[in-house]
Amino acid sequence: MTSRWRHWLEERLPGLTRMIRRHVTAYYAPKNFNLWYYFGSLALLVLLNQLVTGSFLAMNYKPGIATAFDSVQYIMRDVNWGWLIRTMHTTGASLLFVIIFLHTFRSIMYGSFKKPRELVWLLGMLLFVVVMAEAFTGYVLPWGTMSFWATRVVVALFATIPVIGPHLAEWIMGGSLPADATLNRFFALHVIMLPLLLLFLVVLHLTALHEVGSNNPDGVEIRCGPKGNRWGKHYPADGIPFHPYYTLKDLVGVGVFLLVAAYIVFFAPSFDGWFLERNNAVMADPLLTPAHIRPVWYFSAFYAMVRMMPSFAGTAVWGPIAMSGSIALLFALPWIDVGPVKSIRYRGTGYKVALGIFVLAFVGLMLIGSNLTDVLFPWLFGANINLTKWTMIFGRTMMLAYFGFFVFLGLYTHLGWEKTRPVPERVRARG
Amino acid sequence: MDEYINRGRRRFLTVTTSAVGGVGIIATTVPFFQSWLPSASARATEAPVTQSLKKIEPGQQLITTWRNLPIFIVNRTPKQLAALPGQNPRLVDPDSKNTSAHQQPAYAQNGTRSIKPQWLILIGLCTHVNCVPTYKGQMKPEPFDPAWQGGYYCPCHRSRYDLAGRVYKDVPAPKNMQVPPYHFVDDTTVQIGVGPKDKA
Ligand code: HEM
Ligand code: FES
Repeated sequence: MTSRWRHWLEERLPGLTRMIRRHVTAYYAPKNFNLWYYFGSLALLVLLNQLVTGSFLAMNYKPGIATAFDSVQYIMRDVNWGWLIRTMHTTGASLLFVIIFLHTFRSIMYGSFKKPRELVWLLGMLLFVVVMAEAFTGYVLPWGTMSFWATRVVVALFATIPVIGPHLAEWIMGGSLPADATLNRFFALHVIMLPLLLLFLVVLHLTALHEVGSNNPDGVEIRCGPKGNRWGKHYPADGIPFHPYYTLKDLVGVGVFLLVAAYIVFFAPSFDGWFLERNNAVMADPLLTPAHIRPVWYFSAFYAMVRMMPSFAGTAVWGPIAMSGSIALLFALPWIDVGPVKSIRYRGTGYKVALGIFVLAFVGLMLIGSNLTDVLFPWLFGANINLTKWTMIFGRTMMLAYFGFFVFLGLYTHLGWEKTRPVPERVRARG
Repeated sequence: MDEYINRGRRRFLTVTTSAVGGVGIIATTVPFFQSWLPSASARATEAPVTQSLKKIEPGQQLITTWRNLPIFIVNRTPKQLAALPGQNPRLVDPDSKNTSAHQQPAYAQNGTRSIKPQWLILIGLCTHVNCVPTYKGQMKPEPFDPAWQGGYYCPCHRSRYDLAGRVYKDVPAPKNMQVPPYHFVDDTTVQIGVGPKDKA
C-alpha cells in the first residue's frame, strides 16, 4: 500500500525522496557529537514554537496604540488558554537567545566557522541579527512603557549618525515619536517580513552546512578521512546517518529542554521580571520614562557598550559604533582567527585563556547592562563606593577585553605565535 | 551554428535590458521606502502652545507638550539659581557656546539659559538618545552624585544635567538639553513655539 503511494508521489515529485536522503537518512554526520550539538535542533524547535504560538497570538492582538495594550490584557485574561499561548511565546523568545548564544559559542570553540564553513557561519550571524530584529519588534507590540522607551532608545541609536541620523529616525518611526505608524509597521515586520526572512535564512544555513558537512568536537574533517562504513563504501568511516542516530539523540535533548521550558511557562512565566518586565505591564506614557530602565537580558551586553562610551567631538555616535562593531567583528571572525587548528582541544594555551576572558567580558557587560552591578558592587565593596565611577571603570575594562579578544586572536594566528597540540588523524571514539 | 550568433548584439541586449530593468526595480522601491515617511496627518501637529504658569510652586516642575515633545517648565528658587555658577567646572558647555542644531535661541544663551532667570523652559529630551530625564530638584546627596545641586537625571543611560539643562562631563549625553523658542505673553503666561521677535 504505502509503496504504491510512494511510487505515485515519486513519479510526480522525484526531488522529494532525493532531498530526504540527502539531508536526513543519508546525511553522514561525525559520530562524536556531544552536548553542544543539541542547540541547532533546539533552535529549530523554538523557531517552530514561535511561528505557531505567534500566529495564534495574532488572531487576537490588535495593533494600534489605542488597542494594543488592552488586546494583550484580553489575551491574558479572557481568551481561552490565551495566557498559555502568550507565555509560550515570551518564554520561547528568551530561550531562543539562550540557545543561540550557546550554539554560537560552540561554533567558536570548535572552530566551526573556519574553512570550509565560513558561509554557514555568515548565514548564522545573519540569523542572529534578524532574530534580534524580530525580538525587538515583538517587544514593542504590547505597547507597555518599556515597549515605548525601548523603541525610543533603539531608534535614537540611529539618530546619532551624523547628518542623516535624525531623518533616518523619523523615517523609522513615521513621525517624531513612536506612535500608531510605528506600532503598525513593526507589527507587519514582526509577523510577516522577518519570519519569512528567518525561514529563508534557516534553509540556506542548513543547505550550506550539508554541502560541506558538520564539524565536530575534535575539529577533524571526517570527509577527508578514510572511507567506508557499514552503510556503504563511499561514506566517511567516522560518519553515521543523521536518521535514526541523531534524530533520536536530538529527541533526548528535546525532552530535557521541554521539561525546563514547561517549568518556566507554568511556574515562573515572567522569570522574576527577566523574561517579562514589570514596567511593561503599565501602558506606554510618552511623558514618563520609568525610573529603572534596563533592556531585556539578551540585549544587556550590547546596551552596556552604549552606556560605557562617552560622547566626544560633540556626538554620541561612539556608543552605537561600539555596539555594531562588536557584532561586525563576529561576522569577520573566519578572517581574524586564521589558526589552522579548529578545535579548542588542540589549540594553544593563549587561545584558551583569551576565549575564557572573552566569555567573562561578555558576562560582565551583561551584568552592567541589566543593572546588576548596582546591587553587586555595594554588596562587594561597601555601600559608600562611587557607583558611577566604578561601573564606568569596570565596564570599560570589560569592553577592552571584548574587543581585545579579536585583536589578540588576529595577531596570535596571523603572526604564528600559537603553539598548538598535535591533532589526531581521525576523530576520537569517545567525544 | 556559431557563426549565426551575433555576440556583440547579444551582449548589448543583455547589458541594456539588465540596466533598464535594474533602474525599474530601484524606482519601484521608492514608493515603498517613502511610505514610511511621516504622513500628512502626522505632520499636522506643529502649532505653538500656550501655558499658564500660575500653579507652578517655587522649586516645582510642570510638563506640557509641544509638537508631541515633552516641555519642562521649572519655577527655579533663588537658592537653586545661586547654585548654577558653581557647577561650571563640571559641565561640558557651561556658557552654551554650542549654537548648532537649535541648541537654544540667542535670547536664552546666558548663565540661566532662559529669558527670565526664574523660569526654566526646556525640551525634555536627553540629548543622548532622547529619553525623558527625571527632575531631581532637591539639593541633596544622590546615589549618582554625593554633591548634587539639583538638576536632571536620565534613567536610560544615566546622563546628568544641572538646573539649566546643562550636561555634566563624563556622561553619555553630548550636549545641553534644547531650549525651545518661546516668549512671555504676560507675567504668568508663556507661549512655546514662537520667539519674542517673531510674535505677531
Ligand atoms: C534561528 C537561529 C538558528 C538556527 C535555527 C540554527 C540551526 C542550525 C542547525 C540545525 C545546525 C546543525 C546542528 C548543529 O550543528 O547544532 C546548525 C549548525 C551551525 N550553526 Fe546554526 N542556527 C541558528 C543560528 C546560528 C548562529 C547565530 C550562528 C553563529 C554565527 C550559527 C552557526 C552555525 C555553525 C557554524 C554551524 C555548523 C556547526 C558545526 O558543524 O560544528 N547558527 N545551525
Ligand atoms: S538617553 Fe539619557 S542617558 Fe541615554
